[in-house]
Amino acid sequence: MKQVFSIAGYLAIKEIWRNRGRFFLVSMVIALITLLVLFIAALGEGLGNGNREYISKLDAPIMVFQSKSDFLIQASRLGRDRLAAIRRVDGVKDAGMLGVANASLILPGNQEPMKIALLGIEPGHSGEPQVEQGNQLSTSLAQEVIIDRNTALRSKLAVNDNLTIRVTQGTRDEFFTFKIVGISEGLQFALQPSVFVPFFTWDRVRSKSEAEVNLSNPVANVILVKLDNDADINSVRQRIEGQVNNVETATLNQAIQALPGYSAQQSTLNTQGGFTLFIGVLVIGGFFQIQILQKVAQIGVLKAIGTANPIVAAASIFQIMLITMVGVAIGALFAFIFSLTFPPTVPIVFNGTTSLLAVVALLLIGPIGGLASIRYAVRIEPLKALGLS
Amino acid sequence: MTTTATSSYALETKSVIKTYQSDSGTIQAVDDVSLQVTAGEFVALVGPSGSGKTTMLSILAALLQPSSGQILLDGQDLAQISDVDRVTMRREKIGFTFQANNLVPYLSALENVELMLRLNKRLDKTGRLRARELLARLGLADRMHNLPGQMSGGQQQRVAIARALIHNPSLVLADEPTASLDTERAYQVVETFAGLIHEQKRAGIMVTHDLRMVEFVDRVLLMRDGKLVQIYSDKPEILELARGSRSQ
Repeated sequence: MKQVFSIAGYLAIKEIWRNRGRFFLVSMVIALITLLVLFIAALGEGLGNGNREYISKLDAPIMVFQSKSDFLIQASRLGRDRLAAIRRVDGVKDAGMLGVANASLILPGNQEPMKIALLGIEPGHSGEPQVEQGNQLSTSLAQEVIIDRNTALRSKLAVNDNLTIRVTQGTRDEFFTFKIVGISEGLQFALQPSVFVPFFTWDRVRSKSEAEVNLSNPVANVILVKLDNDADINSVRQRIEGQVNNVETATLNQAIQALPGYSAQQSTLNTQGGFTLFIGVLVIGGFFQIQILQKVAQIGVLKAIGTANPIVAAASIFQIMLITMVGVAIGALFAFIFSLTFPPTVPIVFNGTTSLLAVVALLLIGPIGGLASIRYAVRIEPLKALGLS
Repeated sequence: MTTTATSSYALETKSVIKTYQSDSGTIQAVDDVSLQVTAGEFVALVGPSGSGKTTMLSILAALLQPSSGQILLDGQDLAQISDVDRVTMRREKIGFTFQANNLVPYLSALENVELMLRLNKRLDKTGRLRARELLARLGLADRMHNLPGQMSGGQQQRVAIARALIHNPSLVLADEPTASLDTERAYQVVETFAGLIHEQKRAGIMVTHDLRMVEFVDRVLLMRDGKLVQIYSDKPEILELARGSRSQ
């Protein structure tokens, strides 16, 4: 076996080296496919992350919705009576209200206002992010906010700065100013940077219809539930749904999948990635098939002088793998260099796992694409190849 | 390899028959051919087109299985061994030069010759030295590192001869080795080939349609319609055959 690999490797490398221009071109084609696949994967990860980042990082494994809201956060409305009932359920450690709204962050100078997710949370309860800089929120009525790192990066605001938002209440634009007390890690929601406001403050400053303007009955969208023991998630869900009227529960993953457009967006990008890989298989397969067809006589000579089929096959596999690896390495390098040039507003995230999966898939397309040509090479009859039959 | 038989010849065939089925019926490509070649003997296999000489050569090269008969090479019956063993026989016991496309295009002249040693696990310091010496003897001392595409047809044929001989095979086969060469180079190639076969005591068989080239062989086997119809072993007779062809 050592002899087979030794001779196969020798033949493969000699052929590549003596035809390096041609093989380099193929590697570059693979590099471009790699670049495309990695960018699609990174875009998928970036968009997905932008949509789910806050929810996926919650330390509350259950999200309670109004029943028949189809796990749509904006469609669900839950009052404080439900919060109290949920807190009484056995196995529930803590529960906190979450209100979701949109607002515009006013930036200094002539800069365009920045669209943000305005999230109302209860200080000290589930849903409040941990700050990396500054302090947590003090009370549910405080005129203060925590901003996530994305908001801080894009707005250049810092702890102790004042922040002004614009919302529409009824038919009027209203402006509210807060003090930034803390900055959390990146916690985007619905592809928008987040600003976390104490819940009762949020209820006062959020966008409202004309009918809501003078109402003072704070209603959350969902309630986030922390458990005594995360392993009891299913039984606690059953108990909540059994003991609290008119609610349904979801895991965080269910809630993420139900985010508007999330599944469609991810499946579209995954399909694009899959098709790009498929095109890669066809391109590489086509190249190696043409190459084998061009060297039928040469393979015939090798077989006629006593080169065994395993050596011929191993040489082809070795060549395909080497060319693919070089192409993928160049493509990954290109992807890394390009990624450095994108502004933070472009939702591209090179997540380790996703990129690794894409690279493994790319490394496999070479051998898969080359299977037909390897089979063809092994089946070449020296007699026919040499014109002796 | 399990099938062995005794023979005092380097190569001996006994009643070799090769038939093909075609739409028009059974074709007898090789019909009851028996021949013997001793070590150090260079034989020409000649005949008109379709006489069966190339089929016979393919059978002797262990590239084609006969329908019946025996082909004894160093006591091994090529007709009875497995496909894997036939590959081994081609690698270890047989040297081969072809009409064209002889060499691996991405290996230099020296690497092409060394490939046979590499395949036979004999590429050591001595082997490398022998490969260089053989190429030098064939007048290719300054062409060793050239790729086939950088050499003339005659030079390529000489590299192929070196490759066919470097691993000390028992049998050396040449299929129309002069087909793509001009007359002067053709003579040079066959003369060199014959000289090495005699010197290294190999059994050599050359298939050719060019009777002028039989000048350098020890025997001429004439095939027609798949049969071995005449054997010329008398040197004056062979020279006469070559001259007759040259004057035509």
